[in-house]
Parts: sequence; C-alpha cells; structure tokens
Amino acid sequence: MFSFSVPLGKLVRRVSRLRGGGSALPGLVVEKIDPGFMQRTLSTLPHGVAVVSGTNGKTTTTKMVVELLESQGLKVFTNRTGSNFTRGVAAALLGDVDWRGRLDADIAVLELDEAHAVHFVNRVPPRYSLLLNVLRDQLDRFGEIDKTAQLLQHIASKTTGTVVLNREDPRVARIADTLDGPDVRYFGLDDSLLSTFPNDDELRAGPGSPAPAAVQQKPPADVVLRRVGPDNADFEYDGGTVTTAMKLRGVYNIFNAAAALTLARSICGSGAAAADQATLLTALSRVAPAFGRGESLVVDGLPLDLVLVKNPSGFRLGLKSFPAGGYATMIAINDNYADGRDMSWLWDVDFESLRADGVDQLTGSRAYDMALRLQYDEVTVGAVNTEIAPALAAFIAGATDKPKRIFCTYTAMLAIRRELSKITTVEVVS
Amino acid sequence: MTPGTSGSKGTIRVLQLYPRDMNIYGDWGNALVLQQRLKWHGYAPELLEYNVGDEFPDEVDIIVGGGGQDSGQLVIQDDLQSRAETLRGLAEDGTPMLLICGTYQLFGRFFKTRTGSVIPGIGVLDVETHGTDERLIGNVKITTAEFGEVLGYENHSGQTTLGPGVEPLGTVPKGTGNNSSDGQEGARYRNIVASYLHGSLLPKNPAIADFLIRAAVERKYGSFTPGDPDDRYAVLAREHAARRPR
Repeated sequence: MFSFSVPLGKLVRRVSRLRGGGSALPGLVVEKIDPGFMQRTLSTLPHGVAVVSGTNGKTTTTKMVVELLESQGLKVFTNRTGSNFTRGVAAALLGDVDWRGRLDADIAVLELDEAHAVHFVNRVPPRYSLLLNVLRDQLDRFGEIDKTAQLLQHIASKTTGTVVLNREDPRVARIADTLDGPDVRYFGLDDSLLSTFPNDDELRAGPGSPAPAAVQQKPPADVVLRRVGPDNADFEYDGGTVTTAMKLRGVYNIFNAAAALTLARSICGSGAAAADQATLLTALSRVAPAFGRGESLVVDGLPLDLVLVKNPSGFRLGLKSFPAGGYATMIAINDNYADGRDMSWLWDVDFESLRADGVDQLTGSRAYDMALRLQYDEVTVGAVNTEIAPALAAFIAGATDKPKRIFCTYTAMLAIRRELSKITTVEVVS
Repeated sequence: MTPGTSGSKGTIRVLQLYPRDMNIYGDWGNALVLQQRLKWHGYAPELLEYNVGDEFPDEVDIIVGGGGQDSGQLVIQDDLQSRAETLRGLAEDGTPMLLICGTYQLFGRFFKTRTGSVIPGIGVLDVETHGTDERLIGNVKITTAEFGEVLGYENHSGQTTLGPGVEPLGTVPKGTGNNSSDGQEGARYRNIVASYLHGSLLPKNPAIADFLIRAAVERKYGSFTPGDPDDRYAVLAREHAARRPR
C-alpha cells in the first residue's frame, strides 16, 4: 500500500531542517494528514515497542538500552533527538522510514515524557516499559507527584509483555500491585547504596530528622547494583556478581545502567536475541552519558564538568556524586518554562557539602535566589551575575589552575554550551 | 521564663507540623529561615518536628506547616483532629504560626472535594475551601499592609474563601491567590499568617519571618531586640523575582 503522507512528511522534514527549524514540525504535519502513520509503522516491528519513562535519567537510560540491544545484533529505532513527545516520535520515524513508509528495525526503544507517554500508549500499546522513578520535578506542570505516579501506572497497564520497575522507589514499585496482565521485573540497589538515593518521601528531611517508617519486604530484583567504584561497578544477576568498567559517572547514572540491563535482558530473554552476558557488559561499560548529562569538557587543559540539575533529588545526587574538593564551582539557575518556574526546589537541596570551598560564581535568571539559598546554608559566594556569558568568562578566568564544575539547569546548560563552543570543542547536538 | 544561656538572648522552639506528610515543595526553607534568622537576631533556635502519632511537645513558640498532596492530607487528617483543641488553644493564645497551602486549608472550617465529600478542618481559621478542576499555578505578587510586597509561587486546585473572622493577607496584582474570583491572597488571624505561596515564602519575604520571630519572642520574653541580618541577597532576589513572568 502506498501512502502519500510519508513522502510529504519526509519532504517537510527536509525543508524544515534546511530552515534550521524544530524537530517536531514534520511530525505534526504527518500526524495531521495521516493520524494512523505512527501506529501503523511501529506495529510492523517484530519485537514491538519499549517505552522508557520517569522523572530522572530517561535520556541516558534510553541510550543505554539502545546500545545494549545493538550489541546483541538488533536493529533499534529510537527518538535520539530528545524530542520525547508523540510528535517527536513521528518526526524521528519520518527520518528513518523509506519513501514507502517501511521501517527497517527489529524494535523501537522510545524515551517518553510522562504526560505524553499516556497519549502514546493509548495509541501504541508497548510490549515493554521501563519506569525509572517519580520525583519532585516540574510540579508546576503535573501538580502532584502522586499524579505523576498515576501517569506511569497507566503506561504499565497498557504494556502487553514486561514491565520493568524500580524496586527502590515506593511509588514506582507499588505499580506492580495494580497489574494483572504483564510480567513484572525489578531492578534494585544494594542496601549500602540506598542512602545516596533519598526517595521523594525522604527528601524533605532537614538534618537530624528521623528516618521514615521501615519499608516492607522487597521483591527479588533481576539486576541489583551492588557497588559503585571510581570507574567501575558491581552488578548482581543470575545468582552471581560481576565487576565491569564504567565510562558513566555518577551513582544515579550507574543505577540506571541496572535498569537498562534489566530491560535489555527481558527483551533478549523473550526471544529477540540470545542474550550474551559478556557482550552486554562490554556494551554497558562503553556507554557515554547523553548530551548534557554529566559531560566532561576540556578548558585551558583542565577538565570542566557540566552537571545538569533539574530537581532536588538530581541536585542532591549531583553534589554527592561529584565532591567539591579541589574544584572551582559555578551554579547556573534559570527559571524558564523548561527549567520550572518555581524556585522552591532549591530549598529541598542541602548545600552543606559546598561550605568548605564555597561557590566561585553564580549565574542565571535566578542567580540571586541561589545566592540567598547558599547564604542560609552558610556557603560563601564569590560573584553573582545573572547574565550567563560574562559570568562564565569570569569563572574561567578566575580559576585557570583548577578543574571546574558547573551545576546548571537545562536552559542554562544550553546557554553555557553555546558559550563554551566558542573556546573549546563541544559535542554538537543534531 | 528566663532567657537562655550561652550568650543568646533566649531559646525559641520552632515546631514543624507534619513535615513527613505535608511537605510538597520547599517547605523546609521556611523552617530553615526561622532557624537561621533567630540566630542572626541573637536567639537560640530549637527545631522540633511533630508527625502523625508523636507526642505533642510542650513550650512551642512558633509553628510552621507546609503544603501537602491530597494523599498527605488524608494521612494526617485524623491525627490533626485529635490535636485540634491544643492547636486552637495555641492560636487563641497568640502563638505565631505560618500555615502554607495544605495546612492553611486544614486549619480552616472544611475542605469540600470536587466529588462533594467534606473533609472537616480544625476551625482555627474562619475559611472554607472547595476543590476544583482548575489548577492555579505560577508566580504571584501580593500587596499587603503589614509586610509590603510579598512574592511567591502558587500551585493549588483548592479555592479558599474567607469568612468575617479573618482578614486577607493581601490583594493580588499578579497571580490568583485564594480563589479565582475575589483577588485576595492568604489569611491573617491573631499571630497566624496563612498563605498559598511557596517559593519558599520566608526566604524572599524576611519581613514575614521577622514578624513571626518578634511575636514569639515578645510572647515569651516580653520584648524583642532585633539583630542585624544581612538581607542584601534577599533584596536582589526579590527584585529579580518580581520581574519574572507569571
């Protein structure tokens, strides 16, 4: 069957790329003229669709799952451009299908924003879903975290094959109780690492607060992260523990590696490919962070780390994963729509770990909110400038002899990368 | 009561009400600001917590309560009713309180949900709240007689109406406030400040923090001699916040 919509959509995609336009416009066009396009195309895939959702870590986890499956010889379609809305998926499909609308892939692995995933799964029920976590993020969009948990529950309920859940996040783990169709598998953490991952109910805690009520008996997990070293990690599965080198940094990224491994094992285990544990691990050890998520660049011959922070748990984990000692530190807080407008979240982060060395530079539209926050945690602040370009220049000029670290919200990160690309090599995002 | 030792002008006990279940977004900031400003004014802060099932502490000088999700409000509801008498007594006696969002609603007469079920409040404040489908979200600026311009961020679907027993905290030139019809935000009663504003509220509105501190100290020690907190960042953060879009 020849459909007119695909060539037209591809044409729009070319034109909008030539104009440097957004990645979703061609998706919008094809959705309008051919609403069945996405569903029809994805339903032809022999191993169906896997959806990755949750508050934190979707992009890097999706990247990991794709690379793990590719290591097993599967052809994987994914929405790489970070356009994690339905239209973005349609647009990415247009780039990959041939002119007759055929997609040459075994499986699709899609990162979907929680709210948009709900619409997506109503149209395309996934065979697999991986639900990472529910944390305070963009409450100005979703209202309440219990509501976000309901969105994830809906994704799980539409899943036909296997649902992979985070055993350590109570709001995610509880989803299992509501399911009677799909298989459920968990990824988990060693008890010794739990304290690095305050779940959302523990976030409120000020110093010295009592621990919340004990959790009930945990179900067994398919993959458990047992230990995180400086450049390696231990994973337990199939009754044994293996140590593997890791290119990813930050405990939270490596916990998401356990999530990706669980999903990849489920997909391979259900007949998509014979899972070869050795090549899976090799692939895992080679995964590099996704765009802007914990990148390390080089400026004046010394490392400059960009750490994306977009909610209190992410900021806390960032501070824990990247100790301040010996580094010059800058924090860039914007409050554009993509960052979240409410500054309350800064008050749920504990900044005491920065007290010894202080913070050299603050910037972003809410730089003074950050300064105020640090004042109340008794952290010394060097300079404050709401304009990002001059603040970044001053930060780099003031610390030529030190490695540097910048904690930044999403749109601040984009601005910082733009500035940095003038003085060093920065990966270009397509 | 005699002032405390170790060079401070006295001890002030700040009680966080239900921090485990009623703490949706940045409510810790309000407790932290009271703790630090008490020190900067020369007083020794003592931070206490009260959660469901705890023993209610004696000698409470300031109470702070935060926002809650619907689920959090359900968890604390029975326990709160069992403490209603104590809390009403403290309120009538002039104990300063900061009640944000969910706690503000539950200190009123009732909360009627969208489906029509009525959750009784503890009636400290003469206000009533009705659940709606509309979520009121965004930056807010209010004009108040006592504290000047107050800045914050609202995120709620309950709409609150004031009765004759309370005064509004202020009127709303930017944002929505208590409800989408009368242009008022928050409530004032004795030494209670109730508001929908997060942000957190106290860091960028030190005048409200100092009002609560002054009221607590005067009530306990008779008179308040302020210190000299450095509010330069607060002033600048307010200037920038006031210019941000809704």
